[in-house]
Amino acid sequence: MSQNNGNTTSLRLKTGLAEMLKGGVIMDVTTPAQATIAERAGAVAVMALERVPAQIRAEGGVARMASPKIIREIMAAVSIPVMAKCRIGHFAEAQVLQELGVDYIDESEVLTPADEAHHVDKHAFTVPFVCGARNLGEALRRIAEGACMIRTKGEAGTGDVVHAVKHIRQIVQEMKILTVLGEEELYAKAKEHQAPYELIRIVAKAGKLPVPNFSAGGIATPADASLVMQLGAEAVFVGSGIFMKDSTTFADPAESEKRARAIVQAATHYQDPKVLLEVSEDLQGAMKGLAVSGLDEAHMLQTRGW
Amino acid sequence: MMIGVLALQGDFDAHRRRLEELGAEVLLVKKPEQLDLIDGLVIPGGESGTFLKLLGDAGFEKLKQFVRLKPTFGTCAGAILLATEVENPQQKGLGALNIRIRRNAYGRQIDSSIREGQFVARHQSGDPHDAALRESPLEMVFIRAPKIEHVGEGVEILATEGSDPVAVRQGRAMAATFHPELSADTRVHQAFLDLCGTDLCGTDTPVRRP
Repeated sequence: MSQNNGNTTSLRLKTGLAEMLKGGVIMDVTTPAQATIAERAGAVAVMALERVPAQIRAEGGVARMASPKIIREIMAAVSIPVMAKCRIGHFAEAQVLQELGVDYIDESEVLTPADEAHHVDKHAFTVPFVCGARNLGEALRRIAEGACMIRTKGEAGTGDVVHAVKHIRQIVQEMKILTVLGEEELYAKAKEHQAPYELIRIVAKAGKLPVPNFSAGGIATPADASLVMQLGAEAVFVGSGIFMKDSTTFADPAESEKRARAIVQAATHYQDPKVLLEVSEDLQGAMKGLAVSGLDEAHMLQTRGW
Repeated sequence: MMIGVLALQGDFDAHRRRLEELGAEVLLVKKPEQLDLIDGLVIPGGESGTFLKLLGDAGFEKLKQFVRLKPTFGTCAGAILLATEVENPQQKGLGALNIRIRRNAYGRQIDSSIREGQFVARHQSGDPHDAALRESPLEMVFIRAPKIEHVGEGVEILATEGSDPVAVRQGRAMAATFHPELSADTRVHQAFLDLCGTDLCGTDTPVRRP
């Protein structure tokens, strides 16, 4: 039953899978071995990549969709959903990923954008999409294009949670404001957020996005996961934070698995400091990271996307 | 009547909303000791392997005791947890339902679908002796769904899709491979609340397991 693009059935199935991922941790992996560790640690899904964001940041060059061979090997290694990234606007990469059978596509600012004006028309696909956002307008533009899950952009590959926090706070605050406004004020808000009025109205009524709202971009510790979830995120993506020691070297696999387990526990028990203490206690520090405040605009990934 | 929803991970909030809509008081269960506070439990959709990790051995044993004593309803991943035998890959089950279930049996997300199946319910005549079964259409949302490959002794089929059993009951345990919490139709959750009510009143003691 894959002939249901663009209609309600399709939307319900796409957001339905995102519903199943709530309260969970989606982990970036680059090999079948890492995928197996992630699954064993309790990840609800993995993001199959050729390089994690920290490596992309360190090595530079054009970052593209991962090799289908690597993605296929990862799909064969685990029974949990497998996601993969395509470049912003690169609908041909997305078509390849759909053909490959990935469970979710992340149209991601972590890869080098392929189009400076347009995102992928996600309604044209059967496979669901997740997209990054820094504010409500960006989130709603992506939803209008067919995204069925929104994640904060944060600043990927840094291990610094500060912008994931900034973006989730921004989105939550902008939604709260809509809930107290009158009908006539919503038209002006639609203009301000550069978002479709119908979606603005839906958010004003519900106080939340019409699709699940996850967090990503710099989450590296159990407490980071708890922080963004207490601020309103419904699940977390952890990229470089699990398998990297610093931006170029991988952490010891046993240590990575411990970190992964701890962050999985933290996502479930995010409101329970006792559990957070327990799971944080025997971790030997997190990835070294890169402070976002020291990055200039040209090195930010989050400004990609329109 | 206090109904718990296992809230380790997954679409537990969709179940909470549905149960509250039907008038139940709901407790989101994250710790094993919270099982002592509830009269029935829903195990939601999500990733069954993740549930097992988050339960841990102690939580799993406690839950295994619970499902023998109190009504439990599992959807999708929850159905997998309640089964006796799990395939693709093999993993442990709570053994509350004498079924063999196969994970991701329809394929990947691209093979997820919304279908119409048949819900089998007892005729609502108000007469407890009228045990006639009636079939009626029911919308079913299947998301990377499992399939019940074998139905063992003592298991009653509550719903079918094509020739497949997709909802079953054995004593106090009930399961659906689809997601009634994602459809507008409330009959499946109502059937579970009826089971909880019956269990609480003690008018029926459908214990078929040791």
